[in-house]
Amino acid sequence: MTVTRIEEPVADAAAPPETSDRQPDVKPKNNRAWLLVLPVVVSVAFTAVIPLMTVVNFSVQDIFSPSDRIFVGLEWFRSVSRDPEVRSAFLRTLMFSAQVLLVEIPLGVAIAVSMPRRGVWVSAALVVVALPLLIPWNVVGTIWQIFARADIGLGGWTVNNVLGVDFNYTLDSTDAWITVLVMDVWHWTPLVALLAYAGLRSIPDPYFQAAQIDGASGWATFRHIQLPRLRGVLTIAILLRFMDSFMIYTEPFVVTGGGPGNATSFLSILLSKIAVGQFDLGPAGAFSLLYFLIVQIVSYVFFTVLTRSGR
Amino acid sequence: MKPVATRRLPWARTVFWLYAATLMLPLLWMLGMSIRPNEDILGSFSLLPQRVTFDNYRTFFTDSAWYSSYLNSIVYTSINAVLSLVVALPAAYAFSRFRFAGDKHLFFWLLTNRMAPPAVFLLPFFQIYQSVGLFDTHLGVAIAHMLFNVPLAVWILEGFMSGIPREIDETAAVDGYSLPRFFVRIFLPMIRSAIGVTAFFCFMFSWVELLIARTITSVNAKPIAATMTRTVSAAGVDWGLLATAGVLTIIPGAIVIWFVRNYIAKGFALGRV
Amino acid sequence: MADVRLEGVGHSYDGGRTWALKPMTWTWRSGRAYALLGPSGCGKTTLLNIISGLLTPTEGRIWLDDREVTAVPTAARNIAQVFQFPVLYEEMSVYDNLAFPLRNRRYPKAEIDQRVRGVSRLLGLDDHLGRRSRRLDPGRQQIVSLGRGLVRSDVAAVLLDEPLTVVDPALKWTLRSKLKEIHRDTGHTLIYVTHDQTEALTFADEVVVLNDGAIVQAGEPAELFLSPAHEFVGHFIGSPGMNVLPAEIAADGVVRVGQSAVGRAVGDLPPGPVRVGVRPEFVTVGGGRATPGLSAEVTGVDRMGAYNLVHARADGHALVAKVDAASSYAPGAVEFFRFATDRAFLFRDAVRCGSLAPLEGGGAA
Repeated sequence: MTVTRIEEPVADAAAPPETSDRQPDVKPKNNRAWLLVLPVVVSVAFTAVIPLMTVVNFSVQDIFSPSDRIFVGLEWFRSVSRDPEVRSAFLRTLMFSAQVLLVEIPLGVAIAVSMPRRGVWVSAALVVVALPLLIPWNVVGTIWQIFARADIGLGGWTVNNVLGVDFNYTLDSTDAWITVLVMDVWHWTPLVALLAYAGLRSIPDPYFQAAQIDGASGWATFRHIQLPRLRGVLTIAILLRFMDSFMIYTEPFVVTGGGPGNATSFLSILLSKIAVGQFDLGPAGAFSLLYFLIVQIVSYVFFTVLTRSGR
Repeated sequence: MKPVATRRLPWARTVFWLYAATLMLPLLWMLGMSIRPNEDILGSFSLLPQRVTFDNYRTFFTDSAWYSSYLNSIVYTSINAVLSLVVALPAAYAFSRFRFAGDKHLFFWLLTNRMAPPAVFLLPFFQIYQSVGLFDTHLGVAIAHMLFNVPLAVWILEGFMSGIPREIDETAAVDGYSLPRFFVRIFLPMIRSAIGVTAFFCFMFSWVELLIARTITSVNAKPIAATMTRTVSAAGVDWGLLATAGVLTIIPGAIVIWFVRNYIAKGFALGRV
Repeated sequence: MADVRLEGVGHSYDGGRTWALKPMTWTWRSGRAYALLGPSGCGKTTLLNIISGLLTPTEGRIWLDDREVTAVPTAARNIAQVFQFPVLYEEMSVYDNLAFPLRNRRYPKAEIDQRVRGVSRLLGLDDHLGRRSRRLDPGRQQIVSLGRGLVRSDVAAVLLDEPLTVVDPALKWTLRSKLKEIHRDTGHTLIYVTHDQTEALTFADEVVVLNDGAIVQAGEPAELFLSPAHEFVGHFIGSPGMNVLPAEIAADGVVRVGQSAVGRAVGDLPPGPVRVGVRPEFVTVGGGRATPGLSAEVTGVDRMGAYNLVHARADGHALVAKVDAASSYAPGAVEFFRFATDRAFLFRDAVRCGSLAPLEGGGAA
């Protein structure tokens, strides 16, 4: 007698939830492992350490010409940190990052919750959502450069003619800011959404089934089952989005060039203006190091706070 | 059985596809612009193209400045993906299997490189790559992009590798496999999906990066992004051609997503982007 | 406590091509503890999900007592379900976990407290009420999951889907006993799904064997063991399972395995192929050639400690007998294997159609 097995769709989520895949930390000690790590160390040294050292070198010198330079110690650091233009760029970038986080995190989670989780539409949904992430950043800028214009862009034209609001991002500072913000939301929310989606997908079905049996409302289910699971991925999402928005360059540069005036001149844009535009190596070097340091420190703080609160 | 979660929110699906449609709007708009003649674009505003022309596409594929820069981008992203993987695989293995002096510090230091503002590296890259003869070469850009891709690759691969029990390594050693042979014949096939995910992210971050790529190239290895700035001239902006280039740069990305669509969720699930 | 009645309930996941559950009519009687036993993929979880309302059957109707619930959503069905692994609200304390279903249904606070403490006492969770549920061991977490099901006043039936899968073997025994205890105290209808026959046989009042989407036999554990109505039951229950020998019923009603006449068919059976089924427990070796039975060549003996398993070959088919640990049989020797008269059955198309009786006047004592 053959027993034909009928396929009961045991969804990928019907298995017990994965506890950590990691093995207990009883790794053998072996210093020869350094040989395996050597290629990475070399590549990173070449791409990161040496350039950084060059930057450090510049930052403490006043360079009139390649052969004419004098050591000035921390003077550049002092002047850069006192520079009002640098300070306002710093505040501007900070505010931008804050707004980015406030919009993109909740929006990304909302999208993740509403994305199809099973069936034929899953792949299509994933591709559509992921698409903005794979567009070269200058093209993202180009897309929005076109789209937000009142004369040739659907977005700009609609706002001006259908909503009746005067919108011109080349002339008006607020309009420029909004355009850059909307562009970033359009561009990067998918990252948050995909991270959150992966987190949600890892929740086995029985949790939802149990919630149904327990009579939980949609909101209660979200609060008690989905949200706790999202904590890990959201930490990473917040960290990444903060870092990347704080270092943003290409997209706003293509759309507004940092203008009008310096309404959208974020730190990176200002830095590249000084470094590559004016070729002021000394101040550029000091600026770079301060910038780098700020990003590292804030990321570290963010990371510690977010992971600590999860315990 | 309908996915249980969505039974509570029947309207969620509609909201999602509405979002998807809105998302596509700017892209579709650019697509429309790429097939309209410039006079129409600047002339009067209309929702749908009134005259359709493929002149821009023709220009793109016949003008060597355009399509060669397109190829340049493809070439250096591919080289970068390969290099990053080759360098990251042994390192990830070391991190996942062994403890060694300074391992935690090294790992952390690697991650901090992901958090470096690219703008900081413009000037030194410009000078260094010129002095070692890597300026304006595909290899140069590929190496430069390893700055942020190698840490990422190590991070992702290490995560996957730690999920494979060490017993497999031990069994292979008992069976007489040398480390390289074990790695290539047994281990690599097991982490196939990890390699796929890593390659995807390396490709993604290299393909989209403009600042560094533009800084260390001029003619030979000029990325498509740099060529796109060529459309700005005294006569104004060649919107049609610009839009065409834009559309074409999205295609490799879309293709790559399609191929790795099953791994996307898995890769993000590690939360290690 | 309610009767769960299934009428013509069947389910297909692929629009009718294959049926995970073939249309069946069955009543789970109120207050009984049932074990739903079957191999992986036989439709147990499908059946359970249909009862709890997580799945709407392609065909058929369901009643809880006299209320038809086929279209009624899960939350309104008064069913509690425990899953294969602990399903908890991990961030909440044990108390809050137990209180959750009641809070959702807006029970008054005093009643919630009373019920939660009642269940907690019943399940031995009093010491853990304040702890975060995430910190408990899996066994206790499962108990909390179960508690969430018991805490409601209106529970008609409790469904358990292989609930002890993630529990330590040492703890399994204790938990199973506890479940029986709870069943005695609360009197809920219990349906316990498992693929482990030991679990099923020790736990249930009545065992329902499911195979290939259909109920194959249902009855008390002893009944399933002593008189299997289906070949599958014989094979699945018991360790080792039932012996099955292909045979033929001749026109004269004699059943032959190969050339040997093993006995006489009892039951109104036309001649033709048939299969003889008899459990190793009811096969004795040596001691005369009384039918029903046949000669076979011993191929090996497994010493299991408390008993021996004698393996033999008859007409090319395997035969196993469970014998005393003290006996010994040499491989290669030909012995006579005798079947207990009322424990040897005949099967056609896997269904029992008759039994085997001694040949008339056959065999000396």
